[in-house]
Amino acid sequence: MSVSTRPQLSHLRALESEAIHVMREVAAEFERPVLLFSGGKDSIVLLRLAEKAFRPAPFPFPLMHVDTGHNFPEVIEYRDRRVAELGERLIVASVQDSIDKGRVVEETGPRASRNKLQTVTLLDALAEHGFDAAFGGARRDEERARAKERVFSFRDDFGQWDPKNQRPELWNLYNGRIKKGENVRVFPLSNWTELDVWEYIDQERLEVPSIYFAHERQVFERDDMLYAWREGTELIEGEQVFSETVRYRTVGDMSCTGGVRSIAATLEEVVLEIAATRITERGETRADDRVSEAAMEDRKKAGYF
Amino acid sequence: MTLDLLRFTTAGSVDDGKSTLIGRLLYDSKQVFEDQLAQVAQASERRGGEGTLDLALLTDGLRAEREQGITIDVAYRYFATATRRFIIADCPGHRQYTRNMVTGASTADVSVVLIDARRGVLEQSKRHAFISALLGIPQMVVAINKMDLVDYSQARYEELVAEFEEFARKLRGGKNPRKIELSYIPMSALVGDNVVERSEHMDWYDGPVLLELLEQVEVAYDHPDERPARFPVQWVVRPGVGVSYRGYSGQLASGALRRGDEVTVLPGGGRTRIAAIDTYDGELEEAMAPMSLTLRLEDELDISRGELICHPDEAPVVARELEADVCWMTDEPLRPGARYVIKQTSHSAVAVVDAIEDVLDVHTLERVPAPTELALNDIGRVHLRTSAPLVFDPYASNRRTGSFILIDEARNGTVGAGMIATTVGA
Repeated sequence: MSVSTRPQLSHLRALESEAIHVMREVAAEFERPVLLFSGGKDSIVLLRLAEKAFRPAPFPFPLMHVDTGHNFPEVIEYRDRRVAELGERLIVASVQDSIDKGRVVEETGPRASRNKLQTVTLLDALAEHGFDAAFGGARRDEERARAKERVFSFRDDFGQWDPKNQRPELWNLYNGRIKKGENVRVFPLSNWTELDVWEYIDQERLEVPSIYFAHERQVFERDDMLYAWREGTELIEGEQVFSETVRYRTVGDMSCTGGVRSIAATLEEVVLEIAATRITERGETRADDRVSEAAMEDRKKAGYF
Repeated sequence: MTLDLLRFTTAGSVDDGKSTLIGRLLYDSKQVFEDQLAQVAQASERRGGEGTLDLALLTDGLRAEREQGITIDVAYRYFATATRRFIIADCPGHRQYTRNMVTGASTADVSVVLIDARRGVLEQSKRHAFISALLGIPQMVVAINKMDLVDYSQARYEELVAEFEEFARKLRGGKNPRKIELSYIPMSALVGDNVVERSEHMDWYDGPVLLELLEQVEVAYDHPDERPARFPVQWVVRPGVGVSYRGYSGQLASGALRRGDEVTVLPGGGRTRIAAIDTYDGELEEAMAPMSLTLRLEDELDISRGELICHPDEAPVVARELEADVCWMTDEPLRPGARYVIKQTSHSAVAVVDAIEDVLDVHTLERVPAPTELALNDIGRVHLRTSAPLVFDPYASNRRTGSFILIDEARNGTVGAGMIATTVGA
């Protein structure tokens, strides 16, 4: 086989171009798309891609955050600042509202989490606003249930994912046809890895919330993970709060997202750390995936991202 | 430097070593994380006893699959070396074999065809090679696996190479002659011979090991100048009141465009010049596939989504009747007279099936004329008529502008995948 001599597009530019193509297809084929923005690194990349896809015009969709009320304050502060910079519209769907309305019941005890509850809030918000397509920052390298998910992930009118009944996806031709009440979750970063995301953030010089960088924090250890302690956290007997230098690889609920011991304080250092890491991001930091071997699969079937 | 993102596809069923091969690639290139490995080690010991490590389990999928012992769908896997990023489309065998292979092959630059050295060139390997060729994958790596079970015999390897070459002659000829580059590698994925590490058992083989080959192989996008420029318009940018900007956004499907180029817009046929090539990162003098960009044109033409911008002297076909190879992907068969939505580039129309010319016998790979229908997993030559003109190239010369999907109007499912051969009567 012959070897090419011509300089070409970097893999990040190729992934970027593919993602922009996906976003424009959605804008063109759906009536009411929405982009889910959590303030996490993947959705930060989505926002940059949306700028690349639609500027100089405003985004042809609003942004939405499903707020569990247990988010890191640094992330909420970042979220609001970023949205203001972009001059786009943000809808906040609140899990607290779902609890207040009696749509969901708060879990209790030291392991209580609002992670499961947010699925209901999300589905309610999609229905309330009539959104027919929702961009999410999920990647196929995250988890094995995701490895089989489509870029356009069709959900029935209960928001459910049926892995046995997915639409085949060929070339770059996406089928966005749905009936009323159904919706599509769209994952422009499907083919990106965690390292790609960080390299892209570095390349684009994107700002990310400070919790992604090493900082000192009050934490406690549970199930081999370091959780953030805050006022009101219920500890299990034997657990102690101590100070540690940590950073976060993922941004989720404070209640189920673990920090990692790290001294990576700059983007370059984070990229190096991720390139050298030997543990997946969900394995290291997400209690929600540890519950059972097929935890993610079950949550996706119920309408989660 | 080559494009540093390579997509390749493998296909196969449980026992031909496909999962082991992928597991071996990931494991030996140090892409398996400790928590994944711990999971696999646990599962291996549960099934195979203490101390076993079954790399095939690295690609183990959904619980529904594990419970039923089947593989549902194409899975995508990612790994990287110092020189390239790789995306593997991992296609399971079994029930939806053809449909899955077609899906996985549609985006692949390279196809890795597995052969079990003990069992020889079986029907499934031939079918995978055939579908790879049909889907326009120019590079095929024939992995002659399980060499450890034939005593690393050079004679056996050469016998299989000769047998496959004989079969490949059929692939290159036929209805649409095509260029296919074949490479052969003797390997044992189980032991780790010639996948990432060079084998100590096969001194007689001095070609590249699989990973080396995948790192070096050249892909289509390395030659943007060789093919005419094709720019399907996806989206029209109009910022709104008070801003006079008007741009046409899309992803360059092939070729290159330069500022100042004279272009035509099809199917309308209007002509103008490229005033600017815009990206968020600034204006470009030249853009090449597969970049996403926004074109501004010198003249105000009324252009909408689904139209195609290209150079006037290299125009594609504009037609409403076409012949295409269609892979059928749903239980309800395709029959003459049926109507579907056709989506090709960024353009959608309604298509009516006028005739089914032939169907492929997947066992003999011969075309059988005049079938009454195409059933699930069938591939056949179909005549379609569309409600509006399509702008296309034959698939053999352009995978992006020559491909389409068919969508069930009532149920919205993707029911067929098509590769345009020509316009009817051409």
